Amino acid sequence: MAEAKQGRFLGSEAAYGLGLVSPTAIYAIMLLAAPLGFILIASFLTDGYLSIIPKFQLCNYFGECASYKVVDGALVETQKYLGAWSDPRLFSVMVRSLVVSLLVTVATVALAYPMAYYISFHVAPARKGIWLFLITIPFWTSYVIWVFMWNAILGFSGVINSVLIGIGLIDTPLNMTFNIQAMVITLAHSFAPFAILPIYVALEKIDRSLLEAGQDLGESRFLTFLRVTLPLSMAGVVAAVLIVFIPTIGDYVTPKLVGGAKFPMIANAIEVLMLKGDNKPLGSAIAVSAMLIVGLMSVLFLFLNRRYLRGPK
Amino acid sequence: MKFSGLQLYALAFLIFLYGPILLLPVFAFNDSTVVAFPLKGFTTQWFQNVWNDSDLWQAVRNSLFVALSASVIATMFGIFAARASTRYRFPAKGGIMGLILLPMVLPDMIVAMALLVVLLALNVQLSLLTVILGHVLICTPFAVAILSSAFQSLDQSLEEAAYDLGEGAISTFYLVILPLVTPGIISAFLISFTISLDEFVISNFLGSKDKLLSVYIFGQLRFPKSVPTIMALGAVLVALSVALLALAEYFRRRGIARTGLKNTGGFL
Amino acid sequence: MNLDKSSTTTMIEFKDVHKYYGDYHALRGITATIRAGEFFSLLGPSGCGKTTLLRTIAGFEGISSGVVLVDGKDMVDVPANQRPTNMVFQSYAIFPHLTVEQNVGFGLRKDPRSRPEKAAAVAEALAMVGLAGFGTRAAHALSGGQRQRVALARALILKPKVLLLDEPLSALDKKMREQMQVELIKLQRQVGITFVLVTHDQEEALVMSDRIAVMFEGQIAQLDDPETLYRRPKTRAVANFIGTMNFLPAKILSESGGKVEAEAQGFGRLTLDAQTQVTGTATPDGAAVGFRPETLTLLFEGQQVADREVMATVTEVVYYGDMTYYDVLLDGTTDPMRLSMRNVFGRPVLDIGTRTRVGWSPGALVMFR
Repeated sequence: MAEAKQGRFLGSEAAYGLGLVSPTAIYAIMLLAAPLGFILIASFLTDGYLSIIPKFQLCNYFGECASYKVVDGALVETQKYLGAWSDPRLFSVMVRSLVVSLLVTVATVALAYPMAYYISFHVAPARKGIWLFLITIPFWTSYVIWVFMWNAILGFSGVINSVLIGIGLIDTPLNMTFNIQAMVITLAHSFAPFAILPIYVALEKIDRSLLEAGQDLGESRFLTFLRVTLPLSMAGVVAAVLIVFIPTIGDYVTPKLVGGAKFPMIANAIEVLMLKGDNKPLGSAIAVSAMLIVGLMSVLFLFLNRRYLRGPK
Repeated sequence: MKFSGLQLYALAFLIFLYGPILLLPVFAFNDSTVVAFPLKGFTTQWFQNVWNDSDLWQAVRNSLFVALSASVIATMFGIFAARASTRYRFPAKGGIMGLILLPMVLPDMIVAMALLVVLLALNVQLSLLTVILGHVLICTPFAVAILSSAFQSLDQSLEEAAYDLGEGAISTFYLVILPLVTPGIISAFLISFTISLDEFVISNFLGSKDKLLSVYIFGQLRFPKSVPTIMALGAVLVALSVALLALAEYFRRRGIARTGLKNTGGFL
Repeated sequence: MNLDKSSTTTMIEFKDVHKYYGDYHALRGITATIRAGEFFSLLGPSGCGKTTLLRTIAGFEGISSGVVLVDGKDMVDVPANQRPTNMVFQSYAIFPHLTVEQNVGFGLRKDPRSRPEKAAAVAEALAMVGLAGFGTRAAHALSGGQRQRVALARALILKPKVLLLDEPLSALDKKMREQMQVELIKLQRQVGITFVLVTHDQEEALVMSDRIAVMFEGQIAQLDDPETLYRRPKTRAVANFIGTMNFLPAKILSESGGKVEAEAQGFGRLTLDAQTQVTGTATPDGAAVGFRPETLTLLFEGQQVADREVMATVTEVVYYGDMTYYDVLLDGTTDPMRLSMRNVFGRPVLDIGTRTRVGWSPGALVMFR
């Protein structure tokens, strides 16, 4: 009691904090948590014509489902479809999304590590800021234009083909777009800055005398890197992996512009099912599955690297 | 000067990173509708097209309106949440902050579709307003992240000192806290503005016939004839983005210099 | 050492103050008074509650039960910004976006005086802390010592009844710290108000304070003037925290008429004054006699016996320039005792293993029950 009375500005800390966070929190609850909850519920309900019929079922995930139409107050089956994990088409979309985003993640992080290492260890401290700035700029510039440029570069009559033909290296244009490789290159490119920063931060935190200690104890520079630098920077690598993996698996623009196929990745599938296909329960089931995949992969990855993530922050 | 392997790699990486950007102005001035070498000749035709396209200007106006509204709201939300999370302990803090930051790791498509389904169910007419709703959602986490570090770097004893010297909660906020986090607020606003301007998925699915710039560009890409015009537009946009970012970075650094703290890296 | 404080007016009074952080009991029944115009220190290891106690005076920390009175007034409903106290923060909390002048004049915003009068007050406060002419400097361009002076001027300009200092010297290097200690003492005499200092540095507390409260685990273990605290610590913990204290196991044989008969390892039978030489309440460790290193003396050949003497073997020698510290194993004892000798000209430094006579005096002993 005296606690609450002592000093007006102290008030009750919890009440103050909750009060202050509430505008943002209420907004996030109403426009994010509620819709996500809605999607989750919808994924267990039945598809109607331009509507959702509140009848519980699991077949949007597994098994065979049917869409219905209400005619004179009675449900009439209009169409059969397979659940997200049973339909081979949808299943392969999920697998392809996972494969592409894993490839992108591996490529991006592997490419980013030497760059982060270079900036951290070989750039003069005064010029590190400029380097980081250079690295981040592309991320903030129009993503759509970005993806489109890659389309133009890799395209059938695009930059690379025209150059290669121009210098006589090839006669017929190479087919480089509308496939997985094109998606991987484009995505790896747009997420590079994301991967560099956390690795760079982790490398910066390493006490340089540890590296000298490594060499002092008789290791070569390369082995010192393997035994000291790499393990100490793993927290950054883990962050980089998650930061690249999570958004790429749900990317829409790149697969749409350079991916080919009807719906090359999960986001495109969600779009088609939800809008053109008017099957919100199935679209929701795909969206929930995507979130599950992302969540599971992240947890699995964090678990595999737990020994690098412990220790003093 | 001798280049080490790592230096060459860094150079190659920058070329990979900037290749597409450097090609933008090249083809924006190229007198051909085909994006290919060899170049055909110099023209400002495409920039004139950009200038004379009334649909484009409408899209620009829409985008600016949306970006301005969304970034102002997101920055306000960011101030509230960042201040609460850095200064107070309250129940369910982890959960609440996690939810607010969730859009950072959630595919835009899922955010867009979840919102869309609910908006349609509620019979809400899609408009620029619904796009703003979505953009606020995805800009807020970035604003919170930037502002949290701004509030975090505030020594709490500064605030106590102001109380100790006779100021109340409100005057302390505008005499001490606000001046010290202003650079953070400005950079949160600029980042939110840039994100909103570039955003495509939410703009596309939550938008109506009033197209935003990114949606307009996406639509134009289907027409090979308008490709060079988009190149010209892209060149202009990239230049603007860089200018905005440089400004944001400038304010962020000034903030760091003011509070006398160490620079610990970029925006993320 | 300090001015004689004839004033016994109470400035701050704690009555059974408790403070909980959740389950953690940070302050466990603090009852104490701080007199008007004295230099008072709260001394203790980190986590002992000294800063928490200081912050209950300032109003930054609420209390769970008890009463805090400042100048006779219950502070329970008085917020920090209306208390007659001002604080010098550990980090100094100099507003980085303001100049030195603006920092010092920060608390004068609601002062009804005219602008020139306020400016004069700021200049005066700056002069008082030796920063005349620094007014227009940017705050972040100051050195540690200068920041501290600004913090002092900023607090003192409001003429508080109590100045609270939260480890103000801990961020300074040794030389600067010693210089600021002297300056703070002078400043306190000059302004004549109550200073309450929090420190973990026993030397600093001894040098600066009129009275010191030694705190352990949320309680005041002993509140006394520096000399009493050093000479007659009430518990072994206090004795160990302030300076170095040697202990020899002892047994109390009899007590009568203000005298205590005891038998101490190595020293034999002793008669001690119960009033001034026996301290504390019985502990499970058993009784012990305690003595400071400087009360033992190495006796060189031909030197006079101090009071009593005992043979001993040198087991460790640490040379400090002006002083030499020895560990000596007194005959008939099990643990070495610490002994300090001033290195006056011509006095040799003994080697490890040397047999030597050690002089001691029963008058310098304290008996811990």
